[in-house]
Amino acid sequence: MRPVTADEIESLAIGAWILGTGGGGSPYLALLNMRQAYRKGVVCQLMDASELADDDLVAVVSNMGAPLVGQERLTDPKTMALAVTMMEEYLGRKFRALMSLEIGGGNSIQPFMGAAVLDLPVIDGDCMGRAFPEAQMTSFAIHDLRMYPLTLADVRDNAVVVARAASWKWMERISRKACVEVGSIASTCKAPRTGKEIKECAILGSTTKAIGIGRAVQAARRAHRDPIDAVLEVTGGIKLFAGKIHDIARRTTEGFLRGTAAIEGLDDFRGHTFRLAFQNEFAVGWLDDVPRVMTPDLICVVDTVAGDAIGTETLRYGQRVTVLALPAPPILLTPKGIEHVGPRAFGYDLEFRSVFA
Amino acid sequence: MRRRIGIDVGGTNTDAVLLEDDGVAAAVKTPTTSDVTTGITKALAALVAQAPGARTAQAVMIGTTHFTNAVVQRRDLGRVAAVRIGLPSGASLPPFVDWPEDLAELVRAEVVTLEGGHEFDGRPLVPFDARGMRAAARRIREAGITSVAVAAVFSPLNAAGEEEAAAILAEEYPGVAVTQSHRLGRIGLLERENAALLNACLIELARKTTRAFTEALRASGIAAPLYLTQNDGTVMLAEVAEAYPVYSFASGPTNSMRGAAFLSKRDEALVVDVGGTTTDIGSLRHGFPREANSVVEIGGVRTLFRMPDLLSLGLGGGTRVAREPLAIGPTSVGYRLTEQALVFGGDVLTVTDVAVAAGLIDLGDRARVASLPAALVDAALVRIRGMIEEGVDRMKTDAGLVPLIAVGGGSFLVPARLAGVSEVLNVPHQAVANAVGAAIAQVSGEVDQIFQDLTREEAIARARRAAEDKAVAAGADRATINVVEVEDLPLAYLPGNSLRTRVRVVGDIAE
Repeated sequence: MRPVTADEIESLAIGAWILGTGGGGSPYLALLNMRQAYRKGVVCQLMDASELADDDLVAVVSNMGAPLVGQERLTDPKTMALAVTMMEEYLGRKFRALMSLEIGGGNSIQPFMGAAVLDLPVIDGDCMGRAFPEAQMTSFAIHDLRMYPLTLADVRDNAVVVARAASWKWMERISRKACVEVGSIASTCKAPRTGKEIKECAILGSTTKAIGIGRAVQAARRAHRDPIDAVLEVTGGIKLFAGKIHDIARRTTEGFLRGTAAIEGLDDFRGHTFRLAFQNEFAVGWLDDVPRVMTPDLICVVDTVAGDAIGTETLRYGQRVTVLALPAPPILLTPKGIEHVGPRAFGYDLEFRSVFA
Repeated sequence: MRRRIGIDVGGTNTDAVLLEDDGVAAAVKTPTTSDVTTGITKALAALVAQAPGARTAQAVMIGTTHFTNAVVQRRDLGRVAAVRIGLPSGASLPPFVDWPEDLAELVRAEVVTLEGGHEFDGRPLVPFDARGMRAAARRIREAGITSVAVAAVFSPLNAAGEEEAAAILAEEYPGVAVTQSHRLGRIGLLERENAALLNACLIELARKTTRAFTEALRASGIAAPLYLTQNDGTVMLAEVAEAYPVYSFASGPTNSMRGAAFLSKRDEALVVDVGGTTTDIGSLRHGFPREANSVVEIGGVRTLFRMPDLLSLGLGGGTRVAREPLAIGPTSVGYRLTEQALVFGGDVLTVTDVAVAAGLIDLGDRARVASLPAALVDAALVRIRGMIEEGVDRMKTDAGLVPLIAVGGGSFLVPARLAGVSEVLNVPHQAVANAVGAAIAQVSGEVDQIFQDLTREEAIARARRAAEDKAVAAGADRATINVVEVEDLPLAYLPGNSLRTRVRVVGDIAE
């Protein structure tokens, strides 16, 4: 276990936004919360999963809802803490630590917000290694772990326990309904995991990885070096394309932001085009109409100059962007993993092939 | 005859024009003075000397960067009480939370957080704490704080909380200045609240400044009503506008773009405004600047309100040129161009020197740049063209060719042919396009709201009616109202086909 510095939280916000692969929500408000907490003297602890006893319990947390509502209702460490303590009351047992559901985007910082209030450590890991749009797209689901119970809390002291659900889909439907009722923003504590389950089924080390990516970007900026090169160095990623967005189409269907973006090549890629399809996060990329990269490989779109991640909601005509592929956690690349988070899970009839194969 | 005077008070120059019907009857450029008013009085005197008819103008419109500069330079700012309505939500991120500490210390006098606010669908979050508001109003009065900013959760969708708070403040503390956030911004509580706080800290300065403008007008023998121009290219009567100084933050570049549209008679074009230090590139849509849909920082404070979408390049007449290796900018000699540039006897190679050497313009002593190697001049011009072309390309919203209007004192730097551009338009009076833009300003109304379970057409029609009502309330003649901007964005994770719809309309000032 080791203390996490305020600077590391700043790095985490940058790195997690890149690992969000276009979704996951901006970490800005969560970061502001942590700055406030650290100003008051809070120091969070990061815990390695190996320090867990097999029968310890870990709270897997995330915010749920519409990012736009989050911009008004803001996000508060107290609701996250409430979801966690409610789960403890329901179980009649105490948690040993908190962990993020997804390291991509704002949810990377949510466990730190809860941990700051509850004085518990945060596990270095998550169960996506990136961001994904649906509840069953986790390493826990791939391992067939139980998906219930779940607690959900809002700021008004409304709290819901979903005691059982017949499947991941049912869990998503029931909890989504409750979330909409309390204003489309809520803190959730997912099915509790034992220390053994965390050690065997979580994607470990992803918090440290996100911090490392953010730190590399910051260091490159300070040294006036290319932040994208820095990201590739620390992740072992590949630069797939660089160009200018020349077409963008978005629509919402079944509560997801779906769409495509077309990029016209510049510099080394002049004369070529790259097309991206997204469902909250980037799912597939085609180079000159040939599939080039697909989920679960991480598809990240970043500002070519600044190296900042660009979300699927903020893509705009004319942006100079670079498309990167970062390696996915091995669990997502297993046949079972591909079933849950491969291209077919997103409706693309493509045989998965990793760009890193 | 319709006579209007437009004035632009910039950092370096104060420009004034007299518009008679649709023609520029007189135009002057005078240095801006530190007290602003003297510069305006001088500009008006010069304008009247050129065209005595200026005295009988029916309206005077002033655009100024005065309030932006006050925030950036941390001067003349008032102390403010912040009232946030939205507890129990947002408690961990109180007002001023993401302000630079030096600015927060200057402005923050009192912070009040109360229960209230709304949901995204207009339902109350919790009942509004009117009693708490009354107690806070008394505290604010006792503390002698004269300006209050009120921000409630989802107030752009339901303003009842902010309005009730303002009514209680008016009862308990008659005369206190109240800025309501829903009048200023869109969805995004912190950014909207920040805009309200900035507005509240500028209100005293705005009152003084508009009164000084009015006096300058009277001293010049002009009886016409005074309007202040806004970020979106429209105007408000000075006595109304003085309550909303943040609305004028970006009025300078907006006026340039509006002036460019008027002078070129083009409604759909890109505008390149080349000044002494920077080049601003914007996009005209229906004759108005396209607005930024993202966060805009003013003096280090994140805000989200009506601002033109501008790309600023470090390229202007005073931009320094380095020889080995060749580099254009980003620094500039700024207003010291007439001392430091080679053609003016100085020893700094500037973009203006390159332009003179290339014969693009005749300024200063051309002999002083005769020895510049032709290869250097050519390479610098190629680089400048590249900078403008890339900027133009970034600001285009589709891949087709678009016309481009060149304005500003440095417009000679814009090449006659550019990639992605159908034609480059140079217009008469292009150096005072900003003052022209002020003179032609109209009145606007805007709505930005989430609609549910409506077709896209129904949602837009509803938003349009609300925007028209707002414009009429602000002084527009209903018969002249036009829609200038429609935007809709489907929202992820919200139920019932939620559609965020934004509609903006403008109309002529009602006589």
